[in-house]
Amino acid sequence: MKCDRCDNDATVHEVTVRNGVKVEKHLCEACAAGEGIGGASLGELLTKFMTQDAEVGAKPKHVHKPRAAACQGCGFTFDQFRQSGLLGCPACYKTFEALLTPLIERAHEGATQHTGKIPKRIAARAAGREDEAATEAALARAQLRERQERLKILQRQLEEAVRSEQYELAARLRDQIRKIDVVAPRVEERS
Amino acid sequence: MADRPDHPASGPPQSPGPSDPASGFAVTEWLSDGGNAGDVVVSSRVRLARNLAGHPFVHKATRDEREAVLQTCRDWILSTKLSDRIMWVDLHESPGIERNLLVERHLISKQHAKGKPAPTAGTPVAAAEEPRGVAISIPDERLSIMVNEEDHLRVQMIRAGLALDACWEAASAIDDKIEAGLDYAFSPKFGYLTACPTNVGTGMRMSVMLHLPALKVTGDIDKVKRAATDMNLAVRGFFGEGSEAVGDLYQISNQTTLGKPEGAILTDLQESIIPEVVQYERVARRNLITKRRVALEDQVYRALGALRHARMIGADEAMQLLSLVRLGSVLGIIDEVSPKAVALLWLLVQPAHLQRVVGRELDQERRRIERATLIRQRLGGK
Repeated sequence: MKCDRCDNDATVHEVTVRNGVKVEKHLCEACAAGEGIGGASLGELLTKFMTQDAEVGAKPKHVHKPRAAACQGCGFTFDQFRQSGLLGCPACYKTFEALLTPLIERAHEGATQHTGKIPKRIAARAAGREDEAATEAALARAQLRERQERLKILQRQLEEAVRSEQYELAARLRDQIRKIDVVAPRVEERS
Repeated sequence: MADRPDHPASGPPQSPGPSDPASGFAVTEWLSDGGNAGDVVVSSRVRLARNLAGHPFVHKATRDEREAVLQTCRDWILSTKLSDRIMWVDLHESPGIERNLLVERHLISKQHAKGKPAPTAGTPVAAAEEPRGVAISIPDERLSIMVNEEDHLRVQMIRAGLALDACWEAASAIDDKIEAGLDYAFSPKFGYLTACPTNVGTGMRMSVMLHLPALKVTGDIDKVKRAATDMNLAVRGFFGEGSEAVGDLYQISNQTTLGKPEGAILTDLQESIIPEVVQYERVARRNLITKRRVALEDQVYRALGALRHARMIGADEAMQLLSLVRLGSVLGIIDEVSPKAVALLWLLVQPAHLQRVVGRELDQERRRIERATLIRQRLGGK
């Protein structure tokens, strides 16, 4: 295949789908480099993907982009993150929260809030007490939440399976639901 | 390597437990056992990315900072009863072949084996490798904890067959034990904080390795890949990130780590997505054996013949032929080679394992010859 731009063989192929429209580019290495496509490292590709929105959004090219100061925790700048795709330290999440949030949203199907496991001791601290009982209670609540979440999903899948007459799958799902159902009330009593 | 009598700091070949007499290698559990849906699912794996609060992430840390994190983690891992026996390997001090053995056994990543120089101001470029290590439970090799990879800690649990639930429960319990002594970087909003924002939240990657030879033959593998991508799942090869699918082995894993609790990701994969792919592969296999039996037998026997008689063979070609032999074995076309024997060969034909079996370093051409010899011996060839 020839390059879209010149007579060389195309070695770099990029397919992007935006708003349901597929755009294919076939370029030789030199033209690709000109477009900033070829020879990108994984880190570069990742940052490119993650910062795509920011770039598309900045339509008039010279609009002043919001720029955060260097991270107080480690001195890292947002530009450095854009180059490597990696943050400098845990505090960077706080420092660059406003800039990071849209990227994180994009990478995680629109989510910006953690809903999973919480470290035991942090859960205890959040409960205001660091003693064993508080830790256990916080953990039990977290486990209960997780089980309820699983139950909800399983029940939804069960309904779907019954609707589509996949009875083997439905039976398996019912077993799973029974297993969780037995455990869940006990946890509730404890918390 | 530190001298710790309670925690032998040697490479994996010395691991006690079930070992393969001909090669002297311990058979990693995830390759030795049938497991749930073992005809299609080779193994399940859960990986948790964790970082210590108050320390820069690994890539930003100086050599001294990395050394401090390594020591803190190593001391805590080895003093906490995470498993009956834990082996610790200081990777920056171990020979390349040892590291590659660990990569081939799926206990560390390629990136962790290779390492990258720490940004230490004023030190010569050829400075010593940056401090990093791995803790491995022996002899089962179910648990491995990489220290100073992309994140400070990466806890991995691997089991044979479809067993994501067992992996998650075990990994989470290990995570609790580690967290009892080390402060994790955690934010109520973003969850477990990781060097790369694509891992933030649960920091969890669940992956399942599938043997999908029939879907490859029918071409339906592309449909599986597309469907997986639509569901925000990644499809990778035998060695994970950036690797090709050799031997018809594919890894499917979640990409989204924020906004969905671990249990939800687990349920989706374990109860719905993976069983569906398994069913799809089984139907394709049944169709092959009922509608194209002779053609299938021909392919299986040709593969077995080539493996039993080849004088030189590359790892990828061997993996591909072994894939057909495994398919033939699972479908009852041949009974002289078990799926377990194939799984062990998947490992032994890899360069580091092969060189360890032969007992010396080999150049590529020599490896092709020795690989063919090893396979002939083990499959009863001439």
